Amino acid sequence: MKSINVKVLLKASPIWIFILFELVFFSVAGSYLSLSDKAFMDVDNMLLLLKQSAPIGIIAMGMAIIMINGNIDLSVGATFAIAAIVLLETMSSPMFEGLGDWVIPIAWGAALLVGTLLGAINGLIAWKTGVDAFIVTLGSMLGFRGLVFMFNGENPTSHLNWTLVDFAEAQFLGLHTATWFLLVVTAAIWYLMNRTVHGRNAYAIGNNREAAVNAGIRVGPHMMINFMLIGFLAALSAVVFYSESGSVNPNDGQLYELWIITAVVLGGTKLTGGSGSILSTLGGVIAIQLLRKGLGHIGADTSTVNLVIGSILILVLFLDRQINIKGREELKV
Amino acid sequence: MNTPTPVLRLENIVKTFPGVRALDGVSLSVLPGEVHALMGENGAGKSTLMKVLGGIHQPDEGQVIVNERPVVMNGPLEAKALGIVFIHQELSLAEELSVAENVYLGELPTKGFGRVDWHELYQKTDAILAKLKVGFDAKTLVKDLSIANQQMVEIARALTVEAKVVIFDEPTASLTDAEKRVLFDVISDLQANDVGVVYISHRMEEIFKITDRISVLRDGQYQGSVATKDTDEEGVTQMMIGRKLDLTRKESNHELGKIALEVRNLSSGKAFNDVSFQVRSGEVVGFYGLVGAGRTEIAETLFGLRNKSSGEILLNGEVIDVKSPRDAIEKGISLVPEDRKGQGLVLGMNCRDNMTLPQVDDITAGPFVAEGAEIAIFDQYRDSLDIRTPGWKQDVGNLSGGNQQKIVIAKWLSMKPNVLIVDEPTRGIDVGSKSEIHKLLRKLASKGLAVIVISSEMPEVMHVSDRIVAMYSGRVTRTFECGEVTEDNLVQAISGVSKLA
Amino acid sequence: MLRLSKDEAIRFLGKQGILAAFVIFMLVFALAEAKFISADNVLSVIRSSAIIGVMALGVTFVVVSGNLDLSIGSMMSFSTIVVLDLHDKIGPVLAILAMFSLTLLLGALIGFLVGYLRLNSLIVTLGMLSAIHGLTLTYSGGKNMDISDKSSWFSFFGQDSVMGIPVPILIFALLAALLGIILSKTPFGRKIYAVGGNGTAATFSGISRSKTVFFCYLISSFCVATAGLIQASRSLGSQNTVGQGLELEVLAAVILGGASLLGGAGTIAKTVVGVLMLGFIQNGLLLMGLQFYVQFVVTWVIIILAVWLDIAGKRGKLWSPLA
Repeated sequence: MKSINVKVLLKASPIWIFILFELVFFSVAGSYLSLSDKAFMDVDNMLLLLKQSAPIGIIAMGMAIIMINGNIDLSVGATFAIAAIVLLETMSSPMFEGLGDWVIPIAWGAALLVGTLLGAINGLIAWKTGVDAFIVTLGSMLGFRGLVFMFNGENPTSHLNWTLVDFAEAQFLGLHTATWFLLVVTAAIWYLMNRTVHGRNAYAIGNNREAAVNAGIRVGPHMMINFMLIGFLAALSAVVFYSESGSVNPNDGQLYELWIITAVVLGGTKLTGGSGSILSTLGGVIAIQLLRKGLGHIGADTSTVNLVIGSILILVLFLDRQINIKGREELKV
Repeated sequence: MNTPTPVLRLENIVKTFPGVRALDGVSLSVLPGEVHALMGENGAGKSTLMKVLGGIHQPDEGQVIVNERPVVMNGPLEAKALGIVFIHQELSLAEELSVAENVYLGELPTKGFGRVDWHELYQKTDAILAKLKVGFDAKTLVKDLSIANQQMVEIARALTVEAKVVIFDEPTASLTDAEKRVLFDVISDLQANDVGVVYISHRMEEIFKITDRISVLRDGQYQGSVATKDTDEEGVTQMMIGRKLDLTRKESNHELGKIALEVRNLSSGKAFNDVSFQVRSGEVVGFYGLVGAGRTEIAETLFGLRNKSSGEILLNGEVIDVKSPRDAIEKGISLVPEDRKGQGLVLGMNCRDNMTLPQVDDITAGPFVAEGAEIAIFDQYRDSLDIRTPGWKQDVGNLSGGNQQKIVIAKWLSMKPNVLIVDEPTRGIDVGSKSEIHKLLRKLASKGLAVIVISSEMPEVMHVSDRIVAMYSGRVTRTFECGEVTEDNLVQAISGVSKLA
Repeated sequence: MLRLSKDEAIRFLGKQGILAAFVIFMLVFALAEAKFISADNVLSVIRSSAIIGVMALGVTFVVVSGNLDLSIGSMMSFSTIVVLDLHDKIGPVLAILAMFSLTLLLGALIGFLVGYLRLNSLIVTLGMLSAIHGLTLTYSGGKNMDISDKSSWFSFFGQDSVMGIPVPILIFALLAALLGIILSKTPFGRKIYAVGGNGTAATFSGISRSKTVFFCYLISSFCVATAGLIQASRSLGSQNTVGQGLELEVLAAVILGGASLLGGAGTIAKTVVGVLMLGFIQNGLLLMGLQFYVQFVVTWVIIILAVWLDIAGKRGKLWSPLA
């Protein structure tokens, strides 16, 4: 029974083969090079890996739908930071001092609301002005970061709530809280994209925008909803991550775009839109985290990780192109 | 016999675009249960008329009347709501989605909270597919289907609503004979349900097989409607092209030169196979065939845009190897491409710069482009081709289609080529410019240029060519000398009827 | 009274809106703060814009050819670190030569990937952003770089003046003149516009799209190396991340100048105007006592307004007709 599942997964996307390859490679290489005597494929290590995938993974789900829809969002890292600051500021705000732990849902709600709102701003600008989403979010990548500093100043904001830390460090059925969030988000987004009209229309728009318009699909609102979703998910990611860490630096979330887009592209989502799978995106996220961890395991430092991630992103693009070349008699333009 | 009320009537529709009167007082009525053919050459206004009907264009004058009620349609959805369904020639499908999702694109059935009702969707789609007798089901992904089957999906879309009028635009272009029969069954089903069918096609045998009436457009003007049984191919052709056109152009009165270009057994992938022909200097050779017959691909191969799989190209008796457009240009081969806006011009660039683009490396003073020399070239060709533009600084995008095309022709003439290939030289440009361009092509030949004209318009090839190469699905079916060509044998040669090679 | 129809107003806004807003901005600031238009301040604004400006010149080539470059910030960090490190090891001349060669090599790599392999430039340069950052960190071992001999003539490029004009401004001006002429007057420049305007039509005119794009990236990397040189010479020491985020400011300046990210439009002169606009706006905000991050927000608003007005002017409607 298990072997059938694996087959289905492998057929869904080559990303799972890549993950398998990574696991084997780092286990073998690790046994020669590793400084720690712990095996790479240790259960605790793998559970930790899933937990560490969560912040990037939750946002990657949003990026997958944005990219399937035919857009891109470069501002998620800044949204992530803003949501984190709203979360911690709300919790440390004297206004809610008397509430005890009841401040938690208020803080969470505030952070999620702000994230959704920022997404809505991106979506609304792209829809109403007709400026390409790439430029809109390139601008807000800068603008949102400016907002972070305006709210926060240049120093880190910290607030540790022990109830939250306990919640974040809890394990249910062996999985960490953050992992559960990642899995639930993945399931929900999978459902949205595969079972609802909104999701199917998003695919149709990314696939053939003109046909979608001709069929009366309203491109603008769908785009707007997707941007609100990715804003929400960026905030959710912040909520999950900072509940445990309790301290946010105004530069946090920088280069998240890169990691997230790499994960999504690695998961097989086409840059031109219309094609992509949520499950493979999860695979992409895990593959990236595995790579970071694995490189660390065999003694490579962050610089190597950056080098490898960048190269892999380009390599995937190259392979995708090689696969899609149709023959030497193609029109050469 | 009492005439039934038309389901759809057009009255004196006028539609103008900058520089072109695309529709000039067109009237048309479609009765319930009839198959009404709409015919005309490319550029006669059929597609504009259909876009007016489909709500994509709004007419400048005149009325669209559905069930005796005047309507205004702003957009394809409103047209569909009125029961006017359009089956596009170009596929407009989302390939990554299933057949069912494409058939009900924009109208997916739901069951609360925005969830798709897959059960209903698949059931309804499968019911439609059963009517079409296709070999795939509702869950198949469109990208896994052949082009012909994708066309069937497009057709299935028409059957999702209570259609009053269904417009088919060249639906059989990519269908096999078996699939055509299914399509014709579908059409007669529609007919039986009192749906009016508008059928656009160039294929005479289909027109005479399935239609009840034929309406003809020529140069944006309505030429009248006739009952199909009261006319024949000749009659319709005459309506389409007018009587005055001199179809049997006399042979050239100038001497033909040596063989400038010879192609021997040339093939390229699946595009075309084993093609051989010769072009003498001073001669115009026309290439005629249906869309997709491989004519454009031959031109692209000669111009170095495609690799050949086998065969030889000889220029002035020498075997040449053309690897890139640069190679072709250096050897004196020029190509005026089919898609003027997509391939011929940089629309945001001015007239002069577009015209001198292929030789910008050669007209220099020191390291700089010699603008004076460029302007001289522009002036020369503006005068000799009578290009109407306020000046060289004008962006090409602001010119009319005819003047744009002259810029492209000027661009390649200024390269002083030995062989000039023009692909669809008059597509989408008005009548006046058309005949000017025809005269120009003849004149160029008389000056000793070897010219290849690719065209889908029969009068055009017959008018400008000294010889005509007929093609059908990637092969040359027959080469006609000037005297022996008739409409009949030409149509036969390009529809695969005559197997004479 | 001046009468403008709504359409004409939109078209005017599209063509001149940003410039008009900038003029108003300058007037307001000049009135509010006399220091703003003093010769000293003007010179210092241009001088501090030089690094962004030099890179913007190269990016203009890339953008006109219809592509993007997000890797320039990280590439500039690389150049700066390399030249600083080699300065003490092999001397300033060889260090500069080596740094330019290495940076051009990176540019050639991107040019190959985007030009010849036709990979999406956004993703390629995003990947290169990370990869080059990693390269820089590996090279420096994560440490800051410093020149030990602070009196080296190497400081000429960033700190000296010639005839009262700071050298960075001179470099910026010379490079702008040279590249401006290349883009607007030479066959190569003409081909860049053709490739960016309609790559297919360029190919059908016998222009090699791959080669043209390749050289645009090469020019861009040359500009980045020059910016790195100015930066290194100015500070004689640097962090690994000195260029981080500059790609956004540079793109903002290029967009502000009116280059279309779709390709085929934009000039060096306009980019210089864009760079100066951005510089003066930032300077004005600082003079008003606002923090550096306020300019992030302002830049955001300006980028979107600039592109919006541009496309609104072209379509003749302020709002997108998208349903």
